[in-house]
Amino acid sequence: MLCSRATARHLARYAKRWQHTSARPALNSVTPDDIAHFAQFLPQNAILSTLSPVSVAPAEIEQYNSDWMGKYRGKSTTVLRPHTTEQVSKILKWCHERRIGVVPQGGNTGLVGGSVPIEDELILSLGNMSKVRSFDPVSGALVADAGCILEALTEHIATHDHIMPLDLGAKGSCQIGGNVSTNAGGLRLLRYGSLHGSVLGLEVVLPDGTILDNLSTLRKDNTGYDLKQLFIGAEGTLGVVTGVSILTSAAPRAVNNVILALPRFENVLPLFKSTRRHLSEILSAFEFIDRTAYELAVKHGQGKGLTNEESEGAECFVLLETSGGSKEHDEEKLNALLETLLESDPPLINTGVLSQSPTQFASLWRLREGVTEAVSKEGKAYKYDISIPLASFKDVVDATKEQLRKKGLLHENAVKHVLGYGHVGDGNLHLNIVAAAYTQEIEAALEPFVYELVSSYKGSISAEHGIGAMKTHAIHYSKSAVAVDVMKRIKHLFDPHGIMNPGKVLE
Amino acid sequence: MRPTTARLLNILVPVKRCVDYAVKIRVNAQQTGIDANVKHSMNPFDEIAVEEAVRLRERLKDKVKSITVVTIGPAKAAETLRTALAMGADSGIHIEVPESAPAPEPLGVARALRAVVERRRETDLVIMGKQAIDDDLGQTGQMLAALLGAAQATCASALEVDVEKRVARVRTEIDGGAQELVCTLPAVVTTDLRLNEPRYASLPNIMKAKKKPIEKLTPADLGVDLTPVLETIKVTEPPKRVGGGKVSSVDELVGRLKEAGFT
Ligand SMILES: Cc1cc2nc3c(=O)[nH]c(=O)nc-3n(C[C@H](O)[C@H](O)[C@H](O)COP(=O)(O)OP(=O)(O)OC[C@H]3O[C@@H](n4cnc5c(N)ncnc54)[C@H](O)[C@@H]3O)c2cc1C
Repeated sequence: MLCSRATARHLARYAKRWQHTSARPALNSVTPDDIAHFAQFLPQNAILSTLSPVSVAPAEIEQYNSDWMGKYRGKSTTVLRPHTTEQVSKILKWCHERRIGVVPQGGNTGLVGGSVPIEDELILSLGNMSKVRSFDPVSGALVADAGCILEALTEHIATHDHIMPLDLGAKGSCQIGGNVSTNAGGLRLLRYGSLHGSVLGLEVVLPDGTILDNLSTLRKDNTGYDLKQLFIGAEGTLGVVTGVSILTSAAPRAVNNVILALPRFENVLPLFKSTRRHLSEILSAFEFIDRTAYELAVKHGQGKGLTNEESEGAECFVLLETSGGSKEHDEEKLNALLETLLESDPPLINTGVLSQSPTQFASLWRLREGVTEAVSKEGKAYKYDISIPLASFKDVVDATKEQLRKKGLLHENAVKHVLGYGHVGDGNLHLNIVAAAYTQEIEAALEPFVYELVSSYKGSISAEHGIGAMKTHAIHYSKSAVAVDVMKRIKHLFDPHGIMNPGKVLE
Repeated sequence: MRPTTARLLNILVPVKRCVDYAVKIRVNAQQTGIDANVKHSMNPFDEIAVEEAVRLRERLKDKVKSITVVTIGPAKAAETLRTALAMGADSGIHIEVPESAPAPEPLGVARALRAVVERRRETDLVIMGKQAIDDDLGQTGQMLAALLGAAQATCASALEVDVEKRVARVRTEIDGGAQELVCTLPAVVTTDLRLNEPRYASLPNIMKAKKKPIEKLTPADLGVDLTPVLETIKVTEPPKRVGGGKVSSVDELVGRLKEAGFT
């Protein structure tokens, strides 16, 4: 009794202390002495540093210092590319003792500035840890090094007729460890659920170098706290994920996809309802692309779909995919749906195309997946990855556009496009503002405007990309003070010196 | 037929159901062929041929009287015909062979196609793929033209038809440039990749295609024998590529090249 009250008091005090310590603990820069230490247990090719004695040209580590969008840039001098979990452990142990900040980096495709340093933290790249450890074709459990590229894993298990529970546009570069660390959602979430369900176990190196081996391949395991969940979506702030055990599914025997051209945005909701009713268990993706996003994708050569005549007059587009066990059964359902859609009065869709071959199937997907890339080719993007009620997708895009217009920023030399696309099935909209350059003025027009807008719909300011460096100040729009405080306590428990990805997620 | 009104154009497009080009080919355990239990789709060159026929109609309007697609294959090849019909062809002919039958060879196919042409007595233009991506033989078009005694233009990268003058103008790519051929109809034209970019079948057209007629025939109906004359002895995979390695210096590179026998 007394004991628990004492604990409560202690926690309360503890919480207060944290509320006042928002400044980051002082961290040290990497020195040549540190490099000498790392050289004792790392092979030569695993150390890239502008410091002596390695002294590579700064250009060689440039790619590690700048993020995928070219929006965030770190000043790190040193990149370590360990090959084994033990090496990761030794690196962290040293950095913990020496109080050197560490940024874990996977494929560096993150979209919130989480994967590059804010100052000169050491970059720990997982790229050299890329072995598949095991695959069980009976249970579908795949165990792999964190540095395995998502696409490589997809191909690896394809030979066993299995598919990964996630897929995203960055698959050719992003790593499974990065996916887990950002709790990436992607294009298959509707069907296969989030990583919180499909990850079976993790091997994590804690900030002090301790190896936490939780690489279970068990489907069910209720023994104590489910620690792995903490690292899913932790964005490298609690430790380094070095191994992932993940449940994969038998590959569907039949897949189809269709792009539909809709006359009005208002039709998306009834279309989604009708689709779910007709397709039920075979519906595996329902993706939304507004007209601006569609046109950018076509302009930048991201696949091909409808002819100009077919896309004319469409306000937005929907890509839907079916995955099932029987081609005939699936096609019958899909055809019944498409007939209903074309014949309903007024029709929900103008027209659409149905892929006729694996090549066309891939090409239709490229149109949707390629939007991210097309946007980055078109200009500098402000990306807001938000969860809001489906019915408000268009309102949010329109309101943002109006806000920029009011501020006089909607023109060729400032903001070129405001567009929306995303995972309708998950209530996740990617609101993108494509600008000629990143400027203070545009940012001030967008923030906190967008966050407040999302908050007014009781939405989330980060549906799947995470907080990173971009949204630390905005976390309170989606999380209560109590929740943020508990997060800070968890962070302190794992990482008392604050070396892991400093300045990310929590201020 | 009155000499004053030009005869309208009837186009025949042969299409083949092939293992899709995105599929990784695997040799079967007996080394007699490949694992056929994978995704199939229309031979890409045939898709281009169908597209070209449909574009001719879009340009020449009513002067194109009919676009007929024909395939030789098992029951499932009907899907390939439906795709072609959804792209805009008017009707299909399915020369059905059993699932277990060996793949027909170019000469057999060309004879079957000749029989189709002769049976219909009105084909002016055959547009077909220059090759099928499964066996890559690239002979059928030429054989068919020879059997019909018709003009031929292979590997077309542009096609124009003058219905009144009854000629086809074909651009084909040759070493170092292009040549223009003028053929008198009837003619056989085979397609190259640059001829066009095939459209996707739109939903309304897919629905319409379901109602278009497909005539079923057997090789016997046409009086042709598709039994192969070639014997496949063994099918093997190409040698596996061995991954490259990084060298750290020019000397090492030279050393490795010498080791590998380059001097
Ligand atoms: C074209 C494109 C499309 C995308 N589509 C989607 C999408 O549909 N859905 C979606 O959710 N996201 C999407 N993203 C963003 C997504 O978050 C990343 O692509 C991916 O999940 C990150 O993996 P990565 O290996 O590149 O990680 P990085 O970018 O390297 O890192 C991301 C974060 O995770 C941390 N981290 C990385 N590896 C580890 C590790 N082993 N241990 C601990 N921490 C680690 C980093 O410190 C950083 O905070 C997309 C990105 C691009 C460029």
